[in-house]
Amino acid sequence: MSQAKVPVWVNVGLIPLINILLAFVVSALVILAIGENPIEAAGYLVYGAFGYDEGIGYTLYYATNLIFTGLAVSVAFKAGLFNIGGEGQAYIGGLGVGLLCLWLDASMPFWVIAPLAILGAFIFGAAWAYIPAYLQAKRGSHIVITTIMFNFIASSLMVYLMVNWLKEEGRMSPASRIFEENAWMPYLYELFEPFGIDIGDSPLNLTFLLALVCCVLVWGLIWHTRWGYQLRTVGTNATAAEYAGIDNSKVTIWVMLISGGLAGFVGVNEIMGVNHHLLLNFTAGYGFAGIAVALMGRNHPIGIVLAAILFGALYQGGAELAFEMPSITPEIVVVIQGLVILFSGALENMLKGKIEALFTRPVTA
Amino acid sequence: MSDEHMSNDTHAYAIELKGISKRFGSVQANKDINLQVPAGTVHGIIGENGAGKSTLMSIIYGFYEADTGSIEVDGQSLTIRNSQDAIRAGIGMVHQHFMLVDTFTVLENIILGAEGGALLKDGVAGARKELKRLEQEFNLEVDVDAVVGDLPVGLQQRVEILKALYRGARILILDEPTGVLTPQEADHLFRILHALKEQGVTVMLITHKLREILASTDNVSVMRQGQMVAHRVTKETSKEELAELMVGKKVRLKVDKDVPKIGETVLKASDLTFVDGQGVERLKRVSLELRAGEIVGIAGVSGNGQSELLNVLSGITPMSAGEIQFAGRTITASAPCNAAQMRELKMAHVPEDRHKMGLVTGFEAYEAAILGYHDRPDYNGSILMNRKAMLAECEERMAAWDVRPPNPHLKTANFSGGNQQKIVIAREVEQNPDVLLIGQPTRGVDIGAIENIHEQIVKLRDAGKAILLVSVELDEIMALSDRIMVMFDGAVVGEVSGAEANEQTLGLMMANAWNEEGAAV
Repeated sequence: MSQAKVPVWVNVGLIPLINILLAFVVSALVILAIGENPIEAAGYLVYGAFGYDEGIGYTLYYATNLIFTGLAVSVAFKAGLFNIGGEGQAYIGGLGVGLLCLWLDASMPFWVIAPLAILGAFIFGAAWAYIPAYLQAKRGSHIVITTIMFNFIASSLMVYLMVNWLKEEGRMSPASRIFEENAWMPYLYELFEPFGIDIGDSPLNLTFLLALVCCVLVWGLIWHTRWGYQLRTVGTNATAAEYAGIDNSKVTIWVMLISGGLAGFVGVNEIMGVNHHLLLNFTAGYGFAGIAVALMGRNHPIGIVLAAILFGALYQGGAELAFEMPSITPEIVVVIQGLVILFSGALENMLKGKIEALFTRPVTA
Repeated sequence: MSDEHMSNDTHAYAIELKGISKRFGSVQANKDINLQVPAGTVHGIIGENGAGKSTLMSIIYGFYEADTGSIEVDGQSLTIRNSQDAIRAGIGMVHQHFMLVDTFTVLENIILGAEGGALLKDGVAGARKELKRLEQEFNLEVDVDAVVGDLPVGLQQRVEILKALYRGARILILDEPTGVLTPQEADHLFRILHALKEQGVTVMLITHKLREILASTDNVSVMRQGQMVAHRVTKETSKEELAELMVGKKVRLKVDKDVPKIGETVLKASDLTFVDGQGVERLKRVSLELRAGEIVGIAGVSGNGQSELLNVLSGITPMSAGEIQFAGRTITASAPCNAAQMRELKMAHVPEDRHKMGLVTGFEAYEAAILGYHDRPDYNGSILMNRKAMLAECEERMAAWDVRPPNPHLKTANFSGGNQQKIVIAREVEQNPDVLLIGQPTRGVDIGAIENIHEQIVKLRDAGKAILLVSVELDEIMALSDRIMVMFDGAVVGEVSGAEANEQTLGLMMANAWNEEGAAV
């Protein structure tokens, strides 16, 4: 009852903001302890992320991956499932993209390859999520455990494939040949160039638009279709779902397929958009960061976009910071990111009660 | 309140409760409870499920703190904040569901939390000696080195009792101790209780079974709807009196209804059996017929198979054996029909627990109003749901059923109980079903809404629907039903016509004391 009286903006705006500020205060203490000026450091970080065109491009490029993985986590979460396997699903999604590009890049034009690659990313990512989903739905294995395990299996599988099958002959590192240019996702700066607009060279590519489209689709799916209705029913009240005749295990399976497919789109951004060849470890922890993004974005597409941009800014600004202030190593930047995750994710409820009480008391009194 | 049992009493009270009240949200679980338990007696607390017995015991044992009132143990006023306080005061509790570690031995379970020292060795040796003494004193033989998970429930319960005694309990609370026992095990338990009493232990026995009270207690207190309604000396009371006190002579509900115009059999269930995951038979060969234009009431103390009956009939849980004939189909364990398919066959179901099952409390009213019918074309376009149609229909129903506030966007959780129930009933009834299963239609619903809901149920009957009504409120069953079946321990133990039913007969049937009445009491 008391929850109803808390204004919405407190829950979705004020509390996350205070949590982030707290994280920055603690980060400032860390930077002070190293002997650097935290205000100066914050300046570099903000400038690096938003201060110039290339910086913004990089921030959004990182955000693209985080939107995909954040959406993946939140779709599953809405159905009461905790998909920790975004990392592996993204990895295998990338494999799907890579195989398609290697197969078709010599014979097909971009407009054929692009939709097929996007579909491939989805199918491969979904397939990787299917096995844990099936095990949870039909065999009762806990999805948290199985998806974590599948991250390791994906990683080992990729090493095996890259080393034994996909490595370009004569190469020292386990990576495939570079795709022909018609299998490259166009960079946004290339697209803006003909109009005389210079947005600075950055890896930001068309996949960013795909991410935004996915946000709209996920929003529509969850709140405006009967599948979303079933998914939310299962996620909030499994007994009521059973009562309503909703097949819990069926929902589990298709929700995980969508979740895995969304994570797989990271492969489009990384393989087709930036690296232009298959390689190892291109997922770089985006799958895990997606959990924090979803948590912070309150499992809502708009929140996820904002949270993804914040994390993207931390990645990009953090890199800039490490460059400008050599005593702040990349590891310290990771500490700052970790603090943001800690305060906005794990400690989310630390202040919630108190802040809510602050806003409910005047109403009840 | 009668206090005759204390007139010639020389004992001090082991426990005395004065004015205990406890409220959970809008539910008054205990209201101004006074209770005196003389030391060295077995004292029964009896009442229907939900009468507030367990809450009261939890207050004594420190799980909850009372809002008001005081507790005296052996004449000393005490504040019991947690179970440690209770144990220190010499109170022990044996819960309905045992609190034992299955993979530990009896000995390990008993010393758990009272290991005595950093090394197990010292504590174990001391415990062994103490246990030997306790076993001899109270006749509680148990193999202390057996693994608890391997023991039958009767012995596990003995371990629980030993555990309490080992911690120095002089007052022992047993919560529904025979719920899991076979009759033989139960008899053995009563002998143990007797031995405990001989040794000066005070026992409080919580139960809803009349037979146990009469078989094993010295005094009995009756609870109803959160209040202590009577105290009796067991020898001076009878099954009939206790049954009446338990059920209570409530204000007679008035429902205007004509003679039913009974039509054809719509649903026929034969020998329905349901065995749960633990292998316990929850439904035992239940057979019933529902006819058009008739309300069949299922009476019974809750937990005697009514919920399982509703779930099996509505297709939520598959039956283990038996068959249902409905809408031209024969449904069996090998040819099941799930909840969605049953809805298609025009069976509607208002579940007993609207929070757990009937609603998704996080949903807005218009979303909750289509639960179970969300796949119907009326609510769907080709891909997107037709929100406009959903909202329009919800508003229409809210007006027709007088749901307040009539706001389809309000979260379901924020409606009052009565209005939530109206949303559920409207949803099920407006689909024009042939059979309506309806569980606890007025639980947690205010008086005004109760009348309204009852009228609607009768109106449906008059419209030729077959209605199965499950309720723990005897008044409700009697006011509405044309035919009443009584369930006990998963089986139907009696059937009477609505016109002939009276509280006493039903009360005895509910306690399964009807058949033995002539001989035993």
